[in-house]
Order: sequence, then structure tokens, then C-alpha cells
Amino acid sequence: MTTDKKDGLTLIDDGRAGEIRARVAGGRVLVAADALGAGGAAEVDLTEVAGRLGRPLALDVEERAAWLGVSAAARARALASLEAPDFALPDLAGRVHRLSEHRGKKVFLVAYASW
Amino acid sequence: MVITVALDKSADDARPWIEAARPTHPSLIDTAHVVADLYNMVNVPTVVWIDEAGRIVRPNDVAFGSDTFRHITGIDAAKHQGLLRAWVRGEARAPGADDVRRLQSLPTEADQQARAEFALADWLARRGRAEAAERHFVRAGELAPHDFNIRRGSMPIRGLDSMGPKFREMIQEWVGGGRPYYKPLED
Repeated sequence: MTTDKKDGLTLIDDGRAGEIRARVAGGRVLVAADALGAGGAAEVDLTEVAGRLGRPLALDVEERAAWLGVSAAARARALASLEAPDFALPDLAGRVHRLSEHRGKKVFLVAYASW
Repeated sequence: MVITVALDKSADDARPWIEAARPTHPSLIDTAHVVADLYNMVNVPTVVWIDEAGRIVRPNDVAFGSDTFRHITGIDAAKHQGLLRAWVRGEARAPGADDVRRLQSLPTEADQQARAEFALADWLARRGRAEAAERHFVRAGELAPHDFNIRRGSMPIRGLDSMGPKFREMIQEWVGGGRPYYKPLED
């Protein structure tokens, strides 16, 4: 038996959240294939799709939420290329800075935390 | 050029430190651990040297700005500062590409699964779903027990004191097993 709420799932794909049609059956999350841009079968198992892509999927069936991360292979390939992965992040004033804006200078990148 | 990135749950957590330091360099806030994911960083502080062409010439290393915590960390701030100064001044070359690759630590599937669990947990926590979030924070820590950006970095989000008993228990269990909390490069 399904309700309106149970017909959806929030899928966060590498940080971007979207609502997709999905239903739970036997502990599996079945997603409308067209919602993932996949053809063929009308429904696909979300965990299987992530596995086939080699991408990590964190899933909370009760909360109807899933996070699709970036594969270890993709991250490892990028790091082994030695090209510094680019990022854009805000400062305290909300101004966004991009690493690649600083090409032409040596950069000492420091990650720290208040904890 | 220095770029700092605070792996904190909010800008307000990092604000007092940034305001006290009054930096002239970009001092950025990374509430989603974007940089930790991109660079496979598993603790703080982590430093990376990037040359004029945007290439990593010294991978993730541990370096401190001062010797304030030297009695705990056993890491001498002057050593890295000396290496850094010589590279910046052009007095010493950075490690070659083969050395950088040898020194790099690349993420495993478990590391990336842990990051996805952490990210989902954080997303749930920000929506007031603390109980659900906790399941995924715990799973993330089990998948990547060496990732203290996850295990310790999640503590403020979970309402735990990141310097309190839970942290001490965690670090004692880790270090007691003969594993270092900080892993500076060996060179």
C-alpha cells in the first residue's frame, strides 16, 4: 500500500537535491527509470544502479532520502593526475572564491576546523 | 598565497578564529566537507602545496602554524615551515610527480561510502532529523574509522563535545591500537 508521501524520494546527487518518484518493496527502493534518465525497464533498483555506476549510495528508507556520492575511482583518478581539484567556497562575507582563480601563484592550501 | 578552508558545520563556528586572525588571504568556509572529499582529507590540519600551474606538488600533509600543541602532537611546526619557505622562494624544488604519487593516499570505496553516509547524515541533521542522522553518522565512522573529519568533525553537529569524553574515548581507542592520530608525510 502506498500513500502520496511514500511515492517520492529525495535524491541528492553530489550535493544537488531533487524529488523523484520511488517506492519501497521488500526493502528495496524502486525508482522510475525515467527519473534517473535511464531507459528500458519502468522501474530500477536504486542501490543496483548506484552499484553499477560504482558510486556510493547512502540510503535512509524511513526518511525517504538518499545521497549519491562520487566514486572512489573518479576521485583517485583525479588526484593521481596531480591536477589540483578545483572548488568554489564562500568566505565569511559570503564572497565565493575559486581555487583556479589563483593560477600563476603558488598556493598553500590549509584545511582546518574549530573542533 | 595561502588559502584556508574551515571544515566547520557553520560559518559562525569558524568566525571567531577568522576574525581574531584577521587574515589577508582567502579564508573559506566548507560546511559540506567539499574539499575533504575532493582531496581525500581525513583530519585537520591538512595542507597541500599547489604550484603556479595548478598542480599538486606536495600531497596531503600535517602541518601546524605554531608549536602550541607540540606536546600532544609531537609535530615540530618549524620543519614544515622550513620546507615551505624554501619551495616558495625557489630555493628547493617540490617533490617530483612520481614522489607525489607515491606519497598520495587515494580514497577507497569504503572511504567514499563513508563520505556519502556523512553527507546524508548532515543533510538529515540540518532538517531536524537527529535520530535518523545519527544512524548514518555512526555508519560513516564504522566505514572509515581513520577519517576524523567524519568522526570528530561530526561531533558538533551531533551535539557532542569534540574535545570532551567522547573524543578522548575515541582517540584512546585509536592510538591505543598503535595507530597515529596525525600522519605527517615521511620525508
